[in-house]
Amino acid sequence: MSSSTPRTIKTDVAIVGGGIVGASAALALRRQGVDVVLLERDLCGSRSSGVNYGGVRRQGRPLSQLPLAQRAHEIWARLPALIGTDGEYQRTGHFKIARSEADMAALEHYAHLSRDFDLGIELISGERLRAQCPWLGGKAVGGSLCVDDGQANPRLVSPAFALAAQRAGAQIFERSPLTRIEHDGRQLFTLHSGTALEVSAPVVLNCAGAWAGAMAEQFGEPVPLRSGHPAMMVTEPLPYFMQWSLGVEGGGIYCRQVARGNLVLGGGSGFWLDGDRARSERSAIASLTVQAVELLPALKHAHFIRTWSGTEGYLPDRQPVLCKSRTTPGLIHGFGFAGAGFQIGPAVGEVLAELARDGHTSTPIDAFSLARFDTPPAPAAGATPTTTTAQAH
Amino acid sequence: MTTKPALQPVIVGAGPAGIRAAQTLAAHGVRPVLIDEAARGGGQIYRRPPAHFKRTPATLYGTEAARATALHGTLDGLHAQIDYQPDSLVWNAQGGLLDVLHGPTQTTRTVPYGQLIVASGATDRVLPVPGWTLPGVYTLGGAQVALKFQGCAIGSRVVLMGTGPLLYLVAYQYAKAGAMVAAVLDTARFADQLAAVPAMLTQPAVFAKGVYYVGWLRAHGVPIHSGIRPVRVLGDGRVAGVVWADGAGREHTLSCDAVGFGYALRSETQLADLLGCRFAWAPMHRAHLPERDAAGRSSVRGVYLAGDGAGILGADAAEWAGELAALALLQDHGTAVDAARMQALQGQLHRLMRFRQGLERAFPFPTDWAAHAPDALVVCRCENITAGDLRACVRETGADEMNRLKALTRVGMGRCQGRSCGVAAAEILAQATGQPVERVGRLRGQAPIKPVPIHLQARQATDAGASA
Ligand SMILES: Cc1cc2nc3c(=O)[nH]c(=O)nc-3n(C[C@H](O)[C@H](O)[C@H](O)COP(=O)(O)OP(=O)(O)OC[C@H]3O[C@@H](n4cnc5c(N)ncnc54)[C@H](O)[C@@H]3O)c2cc1C
Ligand SMILES: Cc1cc2nc3c(=O)[nH]c(=O)nc-3n(C[C@H](O)[C@H](O)[C@H](O)COP(=O)(O)OP(=O)(O)OC[C@H]3O[C@@H](n4cnc5c(N)ncnc54)[C@H](O)[C@@H]3O)c2cc1C
Repeated sequence: MSSSTPRTIKTDVAIVGGGIVGASAALALRRQGVDVVLLERDLCGSRSSGVNYGGVRRQGRPLSQLPLAQRAHEIWARLPALIGTDGEYQRTGHFKIARSEADMAALEHYAHLSRDFDLGIELISGERLRAQCPWLGGKAVGGSLCVDDGQANPRLVSPAFALAAQRAGAQIFERSPLTRIEHDGRQLFTLHSGTALEVSAPVVLNCAGAWAGAMAEQFGEPVPLRSGHPAMMVTEPLPYFMQWSLGVEGGGIYCRQVARGNLVLGGGSGFWLDGDRARSERSAIASLTVQAVELLPALKHAHFIRTWSGTEGYLPDRQPVLCKSRTTPGLIHGFGFAGAGFQIGPAVGEVLAELARDGHTSTPIDAFSLARFDTPPAPAAGATPTTTTAQAH
Repeated sequence: MTTKPALQPVIVGAGPAGIRAAQTLAAHGVRPVLIDEAARGGGQIYRRPPAHFKRTPATLYGTEAARATALHGTLDGLHAQIDYQPDSLVWNAQGGLLDVLHGPTQTTRTVPYGQLIVASGATDRVLPVPGWTLPGVYTLGGAQVALKFQGCAIGSRVVLMGTGPLLYLVAYQYAKAGAMVAAVLDTARFADQLAAVPAMLTQPAVFAKGVYYVGWLRAHGVPIHSGIRPVRVLGDGRVAGVVWADGAGREHTLSCDAVGFGYALRSETQLADLLGCRFAWAPMHRAHLPERDAAGRSSVRGVYLAGDGAGILGADAAEWAGELAALALLQDHGTAVDAARMQALQGQLHRLMRFRQGLERAFPFPTDWAAHAPDALVVCRCENITAGDLRACVRETGADEMNRLKALTRVGMGRCQGRSCGVAAAEILAQATGQPVERVGRLRGQAPIKPVPIHLQARQATDAGASA
């Protein structure tokens, strides 16, 4: 099968990882005429990017992510033109439910804090909520609607980014793990995929998702990255009744209904099987079933037909790493999206492309620098809005 | 080493394999838990009708009546020595606990296990034909279940088609029960059956039974056509007939009001998958199956595999394998077992392999099925995905692997989760990508093994060790 002399390729930018982040970076670079080689260990979009919940939401994100999220929002609007499919993306609205007055106050607070970003958040409560969504169970006292947030089918969207990049001229190698990478100390990286492929490039994007820590560490930048596994569940198709994608203040459960009728539910976590794969934890399944019926009484007679999970990278503050390496010129990191990188993925790709080509980006990303791990984190005093986003969607 | 953990075996599946395993454990003074989805033990072949049902074993099981009665008797006699839990679907397995749904009460509980024998059996292997979604089309197994369990035929003028031993058995049982069998249409050629005779003679009694069914059918004027290709099921709202092509490609039309079809069986492997068993391609079975050693040990310590669930070998082999797996379990736990008996069982199973190969020869898988499947053919009926949809996906995206095909097209994403359509989808994918079918991979298993009500009532008194 494999010959002893590897195929060797020179390129402008080498990308490791074909998730939505790596693939959209490849596409953005090709659109700027930059040569790209992408190495994907498995199949593009087969990891987090292809198995996630499919929430395309800005609401609830930490303020530091909103510039990226807004940039992504524009890209999502152009999806069919950009990647050749709508990926079932729809701006159905994302409704975040308050189950208590305190929750409602937290949502109001977030709406206030984020007002400069013009997310179009609308607070709904009481009578109006009952009238607008009679299908909501009694636990909801109100909530916050971001009308232009939405949902998409990750199984379609993420591979389509890779396919679009390939059509635009990116050289994409699937089933080609990066097994070794060297830097010549001056300006050139050499990436090896076993004995089959050797790629040399002055710029490397580390988009290896939950597995990105190894490369960072090799180049002298150890990161406190750990894997997380949001638990997912899907029901059999039911008559369509719910347009919004739902989240709950404080977390616990989120759900949406796809056009086919199935409800996709998430909440709690899974467990890893072998470093690559994960499943939903039994306790998460149990808790999801209870909460689902509580939230949507219509589910009472439904069956769930499958559960699953994925493997995603988390940093202690649940913010990503998106920055240039401080040890190695040409190395750029983009990973650790903590269960919330699907929506911002396309913008992250563009930002990485800008960093690769121009060395800088117009989108503020200072909050995502590795530098934040240099000093011991400050004691967690005043709660920031990030505490409202401790959920994976 | 620390103290020996308590022996806490659980058996999933009360078919021939599971019942013999339970009997063997009980005979060694161990009290196993025997969990089965069905209301009454017996498995697929010796499926038992409801208790108030009047037909005799002789009419229900024909030549197998004595075996069926013996097995049922074994189970009934074990009640005091085992913890038998019928009506109970194992829908998940994780960390030494099984999640079990009790059908009648719709409650779920967890059952801890130290050792587990998976005897989950098989279901029909389905290769669809245009028109197969019409009311009146059943799988061969389904047709047989209707007869055994409900005591009714699927129609009054029935065509049975496909291939495999069940084809002739069901035809015989139907004709014997008084249904009109319009024809038996076998995709295998008569020459295949002839070539298989030497291997089949290694089990003369079983072979004789097969010859007997065919002879009986012929003597009773049931037309049997070999080397055929099903073309389509006719009908408008309900089955009205079938069109089939003979060896020379000529098409024939036959009227009927019901069709039973199938291509032998496929193993139920989801539980083994959830338990983390290593799978490998098994060429004879044309399937990815959980690996096991000669005694039934899986790749996961404490998990044993027996019966059709780990590879189709039939009911007698299931009984032997069940006993053998139980002995292996006991042996691994340091209990003295009859080593000669283990040897003998392994020998019997080994000898059966030649017969099994003969069966494959006599009823070969129709490897040209995918090439003849028209684009409009519905492959996945839950999601209404056609062969053409699958081929278009391959063309447009380069998908060459089952899970990718599933992600992009929804094939296998419905209630059956690929248990019915998976075989056919893999064949289409292999054909469309020009790869051998083993290369397209297998659908990953996930809980639940079958659809489970979301309104799960956790049973309060869970067994010890249950998670919160
Ligand atoms: C179950 C789940 C639900 C989620 N729900 C949402 C949601 O609703 N909304 C949202 O915005 N986000 C959600 N997320 C998060 C989102 O999916 C991720 O943040 C996003 O997909 C990350 O994209 P990525 O490209 O960084 O990573 P990935 O998609 O994981 O891609 C990384 C790729 O790198 C490859 N790779 C790793 N090592 C190597 C190597 N050595 N050589 C070559 N390739 C390698 C991997 O195979 C993988 O394909 C969820 C995540 C999960 C797991
Ligand atoms: C429909 C059908 C009809 C058949 N008819 C014949 C025939 O007439 N003659 C013949 O020689 N062979 C027949 N076979 C083949 C024959 O069934 C097998 O060779 C034999 O029954 C195998 O025994 P087993 O114990 O391995 O599995 P089975 O007899 O299939 O028993 C498996 C048992 O496990 C249970 N089970 C499976 N998964 C779970 C789960 N997750 N939780 C709880 N319980 C579970 C099932 O309900 C079933 O009772 C038939 C097969 C099928 C599918």
